[in-house]
Amino acid sequence: MSSLNGKSFNPVMNRRSVIASAAGLGVAGILAGCSSEGGDSGSASANSNGGEFKIGAIGPKTGAAASYGLSVCNGVELGCKDFSNDTYNFVSKSEDDVADGEKSVTAFNTLADWGMQALVGPTTTGASVAVAEVAAQDPQIFMITPSASSTDVTKGKTNVFQVCFTDPNQGVNAAKFLAANYGDEKFVLFYNSGDSYSSGIADAFKEQAAESKLEIVDEETFKDDSQTSFTNQLTKAKEKGATMIFAPIYYTPASVLLKNASDMGYEVKMMGCDGMDGILGVEGFDTSLAEGLLLMTPFSADDESNADFVKAYKDAYGKTPDQFAADAYDGVHAVAEALKEAGLPADVDPTEASSKLAEAMTKITVKGLTGTLTWNDKGEVQKDPTAYVIKDGKYVQA
Amino acid sequence: MNFLKNKQTRSDFITYGLVIVAFLVVFFMQANHMIPRMFAGQLVPITAYIVMAISLNLVVGVAGDLSLGHAGFMSIGAYTGIVTAVSMQAAGAPQTLALVVSIVVGAVFAAIAGFIIGIPVLRLRGDYLAIVTLAFGEIIKEVVTCLIVGVDAHGLHVVFNLRGNATVNDLHLMDNGIAIIKGAQGASGVSTYSTFVAGFVLIMIALVVVLNLVRSRTGRAIEAVRDNRIAAESVGISVTKYRMIAFVVSAALAGAAGALFGGNFSQLSATKFDFNTSILILVFVVLGGLGNMRGSVIAAAVLTILPEALREFSDYRMLVYAIVLILVMICTNSPQIQGFIARFKPKKKGEAEANV
Repeated sequence: MSSLNGKSFNPVMNRRSVIASAAGLGVAGILAGCSSEGGDSGSASANSNGGEFKIGAIGPKTGAAASYGLSVCNGVELGCKDFSNDTYNFVSKSEDDVADGEKSVTAFNTLADWGMQALVGPTTTGASVAVAEVAAQDPQIFMITPSASSTDVTKGKTNVFQVCFTDPNQGVNAAKFLAANYGDEKFVLFYNSGDSYSSGIADAFKEQAAESKLEIVDEETFKDDSQTSFTNQLTKAKEKGATMIFAPIYYTPASVLLKNASDMGYEVKMMGCDGMDGILGVEGFDTSLAEGLLLMTPFSADDESNADFVKAYKDAYGKTPDQFAADAYDGVHAVAEALKEAGLPADVDPTEASSKLAEAMTKITVKGLTGTLTWNDKGEVQKDPTAYVIKDGKYVQA
Repeated sequence: MNFLKNKQTRSDFITYGLVIVAFLVVFFMQANHMIPRMFAGQLVPITAYIVMAISLNLVVGVAGDLSLGHAGFMSIGAYTGIVTAVSMQAAGAPQTLALVVSIVVGAVFAAIAGFIIGIPVLRLRGDYLAIVTLAFGEIIKEVVTCLIVGVDAHGLHVVFNLRGNATVNDLHLMDNGIAIIKGAQGASGVSTYSTFVAGFVLIMIALVVVLNLVRSRTGRAIEAVRDNRIAAESVGISVTKYRMIAFVVSAALAGAAGALFGGNFSQLSATKFDFNTSILILVFVVLGGLGNMRGSVIAAAVLTILPEALREFSDYRMLVYAIVLILVMICTNSPQIQGFIARFKPKKKGEAEANV
């Protein structure tokens, strides 16, 4: 531009036009980033005479994590339709938070203005921590998050609950499951040391394994930037005589791990956690390698007992439900059960509902899609972990 | 009331008055629960964004330097502020004191960062300055992502997670210790402490500092450097010195705004302060008018509320928001519309006399 060679006639105007065009670019960027935000307005269910009870849902409906948020919002909507009865007519409304704490708090307040009596959300952990803090402040609103797994979400709050396991809980459950079913194997613990989900589970697994007397012969780690080959780690594990891998990792590196083990002719069993759900959908991955893989995940769309839910979900949204949808559905189920337990009227004040529901939550038992659920006074869920094994390309209960 | 005869002074006092009246109205309505929660919950972020817009306007509008990394200073202020406030509260300090000290600490750290970055950056001009500030904002983001900080009875523990294998456990906190910043998760699970009143006070401080700086001898020197660098140098004005003054003051205010913003959320990850946030604030400044502090205040407030107020339009929300932005840009620049508005303004006495 001209101001660089000193021949500018009016440097001020020039600089200003540069600034203005940069700002214009920014507006375009904001536009492109958020193509379709916004909330569905209240969708009432038709076949109910009960009074309206308003349930809010929050999740990223746009942006990188949109698939999770849409699943949660759909799960809540379907749950509200299914659990409405003569006493309560559940009405849902969902708001987009783009997985951002600030936006999520505003979404929460918008729902509170709508008259929300209980919140099933938010979807992502960071947003949930921010919203939980607001929900626990006066005037309180009852909150149950389907999928935020950090202990920070519920810590120190009486009216906040979780449907999914916390990260440490998953590690403990996995160790107990393995001790009961595969007590004689020699284990190698394999995890992503740069990821809080993976290392959180691994740390808790190690502690419980020592207590359950599992034999861990080796421990191997990797990081995000080195997950293209695990041959080194597998060779070491093989030398130490490991017969089973416990890998609390996401499905993409898990597919590489299985491929490497098969290539080097290492006959080894493997078990993962809910992050491994999705391994059958990895592009270019030979799913026959995943045969016999064990994974602890709360929900399987292939399971007979979930067939009704899967069909209803497919009919309504044209997609197979994932664990986020199932968790959200169970969240609505829990609210419905807690309402019944507390004997609250449908037009109950949100603040009163918050304390009464929180009390009732520790007493109820929910037979949901993700197991039989009860809650402790910290707001963490207690349920039997469900383990699936992959057989003929399908999840079968182990 | 003699001092009000000066046109600039009068204009400045209208700005102060506007902010004070707006604050009193909102505060009164909030106390009587007359405003919806959606709006009430945004009051602190709005005040933080207003201070950000004022601070960026000092660099972009007054000093004429394009900075694309202003969210980086906000980030520094936010995290140093959170660490300060949580440590003080753990030691038993009252909330208000913790808030005030955290804002001061946030401002000081951001000013130091602004000074260090300013040394190389302010020797550049135009596009180069924009590129370097942009890179700086990204660097801050990466640095905070590597940071793990906790506090216990022994004091602060800091781990710099360069190789990606450190966790909160590596802080070796005592049983009652609090982990404040947890690497990629950012600050998570900390209690909030910012208040709307503190936000208002900060806006007033920012306005007084910036407006008085602009009207001072230093401010005229800064504007001289902006308008004609060569002429300014030829009369003995140190170009780097005056650009540096504007840059550091701006960084300090951004840091203070960051500390206020950080104290309003229980969870704050480093990615919040990315390029988009820097651009958002630049949009406030440009739409409010370069060098026009009153415009920045109004633009920041309106443009923060607008996308949330448009939730009614659901899927078309951001489209409507963008159209509003474009209309504002066109309308305020159109001579016809400006002439139309000017017809309703009473002719000012001073101008009329000057024309004679």
